[in-house]
Amino acid sequence: MSSDVKNILIVGVGGQGIILAADIMSQVLVGAEYDVKMAEIHGMSQRGGSVNTMVRFGSRVYSPVIEKRKADFILAFEQLEALRWADYLKPGGVLIMNTEKIKPLPVLIGNDDYPEDIEGMLRQKGIEVIKIDANKLAEEAGSKKAANVVLLGCLATYLPIKKEGWYTFIERRVPPKTIEANKKAFDIGYGILTEVASV
Amino acid sequence: MRVLLSGNEAIAYGAHAAGVAVATGYPGTPSTEILENLAKYKDVDASWAPNEKVALEVAIGSSIAGARSLVAMKHVGLNVAADPLFTVAYTGVNAGLVIVSADDPGMHSSQNEQDNRYYAKAAKVPMLEPSDSQEAASLVEDAFIISETFDIPVLLRTTTRVNHSKSLVEVDLEQTKREPGYKKNAEKYVMIPANARVRRRLLEDRLKALEEFSEGFSGNKIEWGSREVGFITSGISYQYVKELFPEASILKLAMTYPLPRMLITGYVNQIEKVIVVEELEPYLEEQIKSWGLSVSGKESIPSIGELNPDIIADALIPREEAIENSKQSALPGRPPMLCAGCPHRGVFYELRRLKMVVTGDIGCYTLGVLPPLGSMDTCICMGASIGNAMGVQKATGTKDIVAVIGDSTFVHSGITPLIDIVYNGGITTVIILDNRTTAMTGRQDHPGTGRTLKGIDSHMLDFEKLVKAIGINSVRTVDPYDLKAVRKAIKEETAKDEPSVIIFRRACLLVEKPKGQPYTVNEKCDGCKVCLRLGCPAISWVNGRAEIDISQCAGCEICAKLCKRDAITVIK
Repeated sequence: MSSDVKNILIVGVGGQGIILAADIMSQVLVGAEYDVKMAEIHGMSQRGGSVNTMVRFGSRVYSPVIEKRKADFILAFEQLEALRWADYLKPGGVLIMNTEKIKPLPVLIGNDDYPEDIEGMLRQKGIEVIKIDANKLAEEAGSKKAANVVLLGCLATYLPIKKEGWYTFIERRVPPKTIEANKKAFDIGYGILTEVASV
Repeated sequence: MRVLLSGNEAIAYGAHAAGVAVATGYPGTPSTEILENLAKYKDVDASWAPNEKVALEVAIGSSIAGARSLVAMKHVGLNVAADPLFTVAYTGVNAGLVIVSADDPGMHSSQNEQDNRYYAKAAKVPMLEPSDSQEAASLVEDAFIISETFDIPVLLRTTTRVNHSKSLVEVDLEQTKREPGYKKNAEKYVMIPANARVRRRLLEDRLKALEEFSEGFSGNKIEWGSREVGFITSGISYQYVKELFPEASILKLAMTYPLPRMLITGYVNQIEKVIVVEELEPYLEEQIKSWGLSVSGKESIPSIGELNPDIIADALIPREEAIENSKQSALPGRPPMLCAGCPHRGVFYELRRLKMVVTGDIGCYTLGVLPPLGSMDTCICMGASIGNAMGVQKATGTKDIVAVIGDSTFVHSGITPLIDIVYNGGITTVIILDNRTTAMTGRQDHPGTGRTLKGIDSHMLDFEKLVKAIGINSVRTVDPYDLKAVRKAIKEETAKDEPSVIIFRRACLLVEKPKGQPYTVNEKCDGCKVCLRLGCPAISWVNGRAEIDISQCAGCEICAKLCKRDAITVIK
């Protein structure tokens, strides 16, 4: 089996900027000469539904879809979605979770409860969760909308590409006015995980 | 140079490289971005047609007149375009004609998951199936050449995973140029029975020649590995098989109609056990078995839904422990919702309150079926709402029925059933939810917006004048944010003994942001939950009271209008 392929699963809610983050990551990986495939589903999911994007890279990638228990990384933009997709993580894989909670329709209208202590539930599954308040950090960087890039920065810490390699593609993909804020958001995300990793 | 492209971007790139001059279609997930990307090329005449039948008819015309032509649609769109499809197989083409059908296994964004490979067989047109973006780009070019060589339209059949996945594509192709030129040839293009009978026989000759071509086509190839177990597969399933069984022999078919019988027979005879892996129906398997060959497939691989490596592994690889799938079922689901501030929301709220039977249609507004709005009784296909309403009224005689249809859907296929209502004495009320765009597929223009795919101003279809011309005398246009007027209009129009049309007009808030300030809930809230019945993503139930998320609130004021306790007020 082609063993050098790495699997990244990005999950969250429509409108959180997941596809943009996955796009930037895929471009960076292509720039680093990897074979890359990226699977996304859009359509109904744009209307506040659950969204997932899969990025696979290595010397040769066939399926664009990741198998269960094969994801090396899960980047969750929202807590409930982290829990929903947790079974895709391989044993020992890394789960980075934004602390944001977005209530789905059944919870909004009082028909269902948003699970309490998702972090604890994940730990019970044996998953080490890295929690990030990306929304707050994005505001510190100067743009509320850059939470996706903060999270991208976190994940980048683990990928075999130098920090500077990411800037070009961030510049290319975000609105011109927000380039500086997005680069700063990326730095913050990157910096935080370097600290976590060194502790 | 290699760049990362989605299947749809790759199809557009390949078609442009092949010198496509005319491209048309109707938006439909997962096909929409093919036309949107073709529209970026200055030398391609790319346009949205009112529906897929019109799109194919335009493309047939331009092909006959010598321009390479492409038409793109989702799988159900080909049902609409099926009438011209079956006959253009007889006439054949002048310049190449490629029909893209984007199927949606798993129904990510569709009302059914039909397997359009059967259209190739039924209409007798050759079919190509790409398995990734590189192949999508190169097969479009092959499709144009096959179309011209064999004088026949070619079906390029894709699936959501191919359309919407990104992979690397070589983009150094040189563009082919072709000068259009029309020559009259009535025997070939006028399908009166006398001519059609001749073309019908010639079609069989062309198919025979295509079968021979399929035997040697480079896209149909054997990747030899172990001779104990081998696979026959096509499309995205090839990638999954390759992922799971890198050592196995694989016969990968890129041309799946007509099938290369000799190639397949030779392959099956050299391998002990052959498994056919295909998404949806046993299209390949049945054909291969009909030749007396022993293959397996659908007894273990599901024919319902989208495949993925997990499903194929579960079906074919004995596993020590099954991976549990059911564990997460207790989590709250996250269904899509109408946006906060959606102009359609109040209409559905009032329809429910008035206990109307609502025949619905295809678009964002289909989400009006979900709780708490729960105000839709049927949704069958594009344009069906109006005919359905006529039928309900015929069967029951009730007046408490409305058809609900969007502006783009009305243009697509709502006009003829409205004519039927007038012609055959129906008294139903038809509601057009006019949000000035084709919202669900990502906001495409249509004849009602007065702007083309290329962004050029055009004539704006006047719905009021149109329905009056059809013979509807009772027509009114109402702002759907004005709930009182919404209720009044529905009550009054449905009470009448004549057919009527209400146009609820307000732009989709993703097209034109409403200017309203956000609202908030004050201490007067007693937890009556009326506002929660709107199913607005900005309103939630927190500790026995309603709460509004001001970052989401679009200021549409609908909830404030419903609140009897003045507990919802604007933030100044």
